[in-house]
Amino acid sequence: MSKPYWTKENFPITPIIRNPAGSLAFKCGLWRTTTPIIDSQKCTKCGLCEVYCPDEAVHKSEKGVFEINYDYCKGCGICANECPPKAIRMVAEVEESCTSES
Amino acid sequence: MREIRFHGRGGQGAVVASEILADAAMRDGKYSQSFPTFGPERRGAPLMAFTRIDAKPVRVRSQIYEPDYVIVLDASLSQSQDVTNGLKPDGAVIMNTPLTPEKVKEAGKLPKGKIYCIDASSIAMKTIGSSIANTVVLGAFSAATREVELQSLFEAVKNRFSAAVAERNIQAMKEAYDAVKG
Amino acid sequence: MSGNRAVAEAAKLAKVNVVSAYPITPQTSIVEYLSEFVANGELAAEFVQAESEFGAMSACIGASSVGARVFTATCSQGLALMHELNYVAAGLRLPIVMAVTNRQLSQPLGMWCDHSDAMGERDSGWIQIYVESCQEAFDTVIQAFKISEDREVLLPTMVCLDGFILSHTSEPVDVPDSQIIQDFLPPYKPDSEYHTLLDVQKPLAAGGGCPPAFTMEFDYKKYEAQENAKEVIRKVDTEFGDTFGRRYGLVEAYRCEDADVILAGMGTMIGTAKEVADKLRQEKGWPVGVLKLRSYRPFPKEDVARATAGSKALAVVSRAVSYGVGAPVYSDVAAAISNSGQKPVLLNFIAGMGGRDVTQKNIAQVFEQGLKAAQTGEVQSEIEWVGLNKNLVGASP
Repeated sequence: MSKPYWTKENFPITPIIRNPAGSLAFKCGLWRTTTPIIDSQKCTKCGLCEVYCPDEAVHKSEKGVFEINYDYCKGCGICANECPPKAIRMVAEVEESCTSES
Repeated sequence: MREIRFHGRGGQGAVVASEILADAAMRDGKYSQSFPTFGPERRGAPLMAFTRIDAKPVRVRSQIYEPDYVIVLDASLSQSQDVTNGLKPDGAVIMNTPLTPEKVKEAGKLPKGKIYCIDASSIAMKTIGSSIANTVVLGAFSAATREVELQSLFEAVKNRFSAAVAERNIQAMKEAYDAVKG
Repeated sequence: MSGNRAVAEAAKLAKVNVVSAYPITPQTSIVEYLSEFVANGELAAEFVQAESEFGAMSACIGASSVGARVFTATCSQGLALMHELNYVAAGLRLPIVMAVTNRQLSQPLGMWCDHSDAMGERDSGWIQIYVESCQEAFDTVIQAFKISEDREVLLPTMVCLDGFILSHTSEPVDVPDSQIIQDFLPPYKPDSEYHTLLDVQKPLAAGGGCPPAFTMEFDYKKYEAQENAKEVIRKVDTEFGDTFGRRYGLVEAYRCEDADVILAGMGTMIGTAKEVADKLRQEKGWPVGVLKLRSYRPFPKEDVARATAGSKALAVVSRAVSYGVGAPVYSDVAAAISNSGQKPVLLNFIAGMGGRDVTQKNIAQVFEQGLKAAQTGEVQSEIEWVGLNKNLVGASP
């Protein structure tokens, strides 16, 4: 069981979050069930994936290559859908679980 | 009264499964009730759905804390949650997994309850054409527990889906009914 | 079907003429079903899109004033936004029916069930009926039109169903034949000599300023209408029972005749309470009963006094708080029996705020405290918040 968010000592007078973090604090990449993989050979560097990504999880790196930040990518598939040369494919997320023999 | 708790992720059809089970129980001549955990949901988020079945009208409306049966639509959930929390000592778990009950017990993830396993995702993929295994698991539930008639589940499914989709689901449920291990 | 679906089906079978509503969780699917019914022709009604709940109630008031049978639905912030118009609707004596999927009022902000929203309207003149099941939600919407449209009443009715717990829970619901419903509930036919009815053939003015010479008397008429409503609710319910085989009453006294301890409350917690009462009687021999307050406005004083006269302890559970005095249902019950000769000891409980689950254990706790009070003639505490997390607030355990 996780640590309680509040205790009697710090229970506020109304639900106030004293140290709010933005979405950077929540690595929602854990939510993914499918993952986008960019094929850099096919990529034409048009940048549409970055434009369309609702989570700002695709960025052009210093080397000029488009990279996905898997900490935040939720696997929605919009980038793959919008990519003109179809350089992005969605693959099933592989998880260790009771579904595998490992 | 029988209390059944479903564990799934948003988008896997746990809520629909709880409703189909309640519908089928009604067709068996029983009284039933179904409801989901209440709140904002998203695809992939763990959620629970509940069904109560009884010979007389169900009057209790609190959540289910001590289920007779736990149905797990996504085995990966047992990694992060105690899916068998509150399960009655003589209760049972019906799990969507390709593993056998012995292997599941060995993995040590389910401390209590009798375990039934069915590879519902594979059956669903093969026979229905999608990996949504909710109805398939209900077929296995029927065989494992005899708490609901398979025929009533078929009727409930026909009531819910279009003819073609219902037919494929019924096929898959029949397969699960025969294939369940436990 | 879900409670929301049941409510929408009932409004459809009541053949309402106008629906104007604004979506708010957990009422949303009521409005979705109704707009679907209108779009596909199942319901020949005018669906008026509103820009807010204030707009919705305005449209309802306008439509009802021209003789339409009107239905709407809301809860929580939406009901609060309608507040001033709720008084207008009741004051103009318009038989509007509104489903309220009881949800907490902000702050704290949440979408879950408690009765604080409808409590804010309890003095408005609206009739308030709290239902326990999806079947009762369906049946009560049908009954509500007949009650509201009765000449001796002509007050709008709120059908209150617990948000999520009924709105989103599926249960078997018997939907009677449309013709039988129509025979039970004929179309709304207001009388231009009596009702607030705008008719271009018979021009009139209504809703304008009223001097002090008359206001109190108009208020009195509204008050009389609420008193009349008690008998009308009984009458409609009896006729409903004769026609459809189900009756509910102003209150339901469950195993109260020989009960030493009675739990009084409203909404879905009553279902759970009946189950627990049966278990406690069977397993422990405790003489307990449950009093369901179905009609909250008008408050069924006589029925409450009668049902509880023989008991030793009466535990009132409110799903709302009246900050500064305690709990609203408790206050109303206490006032109702204050002049009764034989009175039980009263216990005051608050439960289920913000969707806090009212469990069988919680109910058993209430009965246990009631039993202690019945035996000693005294209460332990002035008020008890059942299910409160004492690790966060309150005196240390």
